[in-house]
Amino acid sequence: MARRQSLTTLTRLLTQTRTQTRSVTYMPRPGDGTPRQVTLIPGDGIGPLVTNAVEQVFDAMHAPVYFEKFDDIHGDMKKIPESLIESIRNNKVCIKGGLMTPVGGGVSSLNMQLRKELDLYASLVHCFNLKGLPTRHHNVDIVVIRENTEGEYSGLEHEVVPGVVESLKVITKFCSERIAKYAFEYAYLNNRKKVTAVHKANIMKLADGLFLESCREIATKYPGIEYSEIIVDNCCMQLVAKPDQFDVMVTPNLYGNLVSNVAAGIAGGTGVMPGGNVGADHAVFEQGASAGNVGKMDMVEEKKANPVALLLSSAMMLRHLQFPSFADRLETSVKRVIEEGKYRTKDLGGNSSTQEIVDAVIANLD
Amino acid sequence: MASQIMRRFITSNKSRLLTNPNFRHFSSTTPTITATLFPGDGIGPEIAESVKQIFRIAEVPIEWEEHYVGKEIDPRTQSFLTWESLESVRRNKVGLKGPMATPIGKGHRSLNLTLRKELNLYANVRPCFSLPGYKTRYDDVNLVTIRENTEGEYSGLEHQVVKGVVESLKIITRQASLRVAEYAFQYARAHGRERVSAIHKANIMQKTDGLFLKCCREVAEKYPDIKYEEVVIDNCCMMLVKNPTLFDVLVMPNLYGDIISDLCAGLIGGLGLTPSCNIGEGGIALAEAVHGSAPDIAGKNLANPTALLLSGVAMLRHLELHDKADNIQNAVLNTIAEGKYRTGDLGGSASTSDFTKAVCDHL
Repeated sequence: MARRQSLTTLTRLLTQTRTQTRSVTYMPRPGDGTPRQVTLIPGDGIGPLVTNAVEQVFDAMHAPVYFEKFDDIHGDMKKIPESLIESIRNNKVCIKGGLMTPVGGGVSSLNMQLRKELDLYASLVHCFNLKGLPTRHHNVDIVVIRENTEGEYSGLEHEVVPGVVESLKVITKFCSERIAKYAFEYAYLNNRKKVTAVHKANIMKLADGLFLESCREIATKYPGIEYSEIIVDNCCMQLVAKPDQFDVMVTPNLYGNLVSNVAAGIAGGTGVMPGGNVGADHAVFEQGASAGNVGKMDMVEEKKANPVALLLSSAMMLRHLQFPSFADRLETSVKRVIEEGKYRTKDLGGNSSTQEIVDAVIANLD
Repeated sequence: MASQIMRRFITSNKSRLLTNPNFRHFSSTTPTITATLFPGDGIGPEIAESVKQIFRIAEVPIEWEEHYVGKEIDPRTQSFLTWESLESVRRNKVGLKGPMATPIGKGHRSLNLTLRKELNLYANVRPCFSLPGYKTRYDDVNLVTIRENTEGEYSGLEHQVVKGVVESLKIITRQASLRVAEYAFQYARAHGRERVSAIHKANIMQKTDGLFLKCCREVAEKYPDIKYEEVVIDNCCMMLVKNPTLFDVLVMPNLYGDIISDLCAGLIGGLGLTPSCNIGEGGIALAEAVHGSAPDIAGKNLANPTALLLSGVAMLRHLELHDKADNIQNAVLNTIAEGKYRTGDLGGSASTSDFTKAVCDHL
């Protein structure tokens, strides 16, 4: 009897403290509080709106971060200017709004160029249900880790004869291995229990077969983490039917794009999912899935873009920069705003403007 | 749902005046049509029996010519399907196929690949609509996915360049893209659909998906009554899971089609309920049930024949036997909606024969 009473008191205490979500503080080294410089690319379309939101919130929090802004980068430029690459190499961290990729037109995507130039080989999207946001699916907590440099997006296309076009999909052991390593390491460091590899090796036996081989090899080094494989079409079906069976998913480039968009859609939409790209030396944080999506013109004109995704990504960035307390405060505030439900943009069912959401987040900062 | 079917029935009646060799015309006293039936493996024979029974009671003028997968490899086709089976489909131009399990091993082609290559099946059509009475998270899905079935990423042309580096070729040709786009628009017109959306990733794969889009645009100009739009695949995936009512007919290259059609099947309740039809050159239509052969419940009278039944309905629509098709479709939907006779995968406990009898009663 006494044990049961103490158990209920214990659970009550635990749930009480959980609402405050303060992480255990880490012991900083002297000088860790020096403000860090971060490259900021506003981008196209709704990009400037949402990055401005991040700037405002960071200002209000007095976060030890100051931005080096690159206003003149737009999606239709042919090549990324050297100054931008220099800046990111110096600062090591960048946050950006979307860069539009023009359809056709012979311009290769700037998002892709940035990733290849800085060798940001892993793209991460964290899709999870937000409390207070009604969705059809519950218990969604999926992290999609996608290989970012090769695969179907190699950009190697040519016209064989008029009317016949070939595109090369390249898979290498080197890239597959390092993305698998990153996925398992991520799972290990974040206490995730399962890693699922997404593939189509029954049809593309050599290419996806190589990817799977690499994943299997790395899986043997992490016996505590459950490893499974799933074919991409079955995966999409399962995501729509039973998304709670997935935890961390590791995929090649194209499937990762699709799976991350499906996962983002079932958890609330690409307007709220954080994510970023990371490589051995650099990290670029951006809206989780669909980075080339810069929103429609009316969203830009009415200033009603959803800043939540970029705000949550900037919280991830703060943790990456080792400012966990600021990250927690920002996340708690954003989640509280969503839970209250008073200020929501159109894609979440409300009608607020970006500025109203920013004000609400700043008001909720403790 | 019923009003939609009536509307589609009326508009498709108007479009029967199209003189198109892919669609057959019939007088009021329809002669018996011979159709090839591949019962398949596992639960295949049981559900094929179910379909035959229901079609007989509905008085569908179809005579079935049954073919089975052989036990040995036929050297003429290099697979377990015999030359006679394929000739039969070519002759009859219509077929219904149950689930087939490709035996593991080397030296033969997969059964699906054989059918596809030999019969030149270039488009896979999956009408996905929510079954009233079987509640999923999505209630008002009503779309059709049309997928190019011969080329694209599934050409099977891969090679190892050096150790640890593999290349796989994705091929898009003008001819195949035009063919599938042409079919998509014809289908939309024949079934009273208002919009065709081409799904692509042409912002990244500029030449390949760019060529696909160009072909779709060319065909769209010939059908000014049907709205045409282009959607990038990541947007499409997200919109499908958030709000599937935004889409009507989707036309896509091979890989995207595979994934999106399975995604749409998931929206309505899974592969056990989804009909599918493969269209080949010369007006061949091979309807099939896309689920597996479920060897664990084979022979136990537990299988759900809905997928094969609805595929049969799709086949009847291709043959322009719309009244019979509507009759059977309504019977199946009403049986599931009532909820009294549902097979195990839908959460009930009825057997295949009970379900079949219930559908016959509803006809």
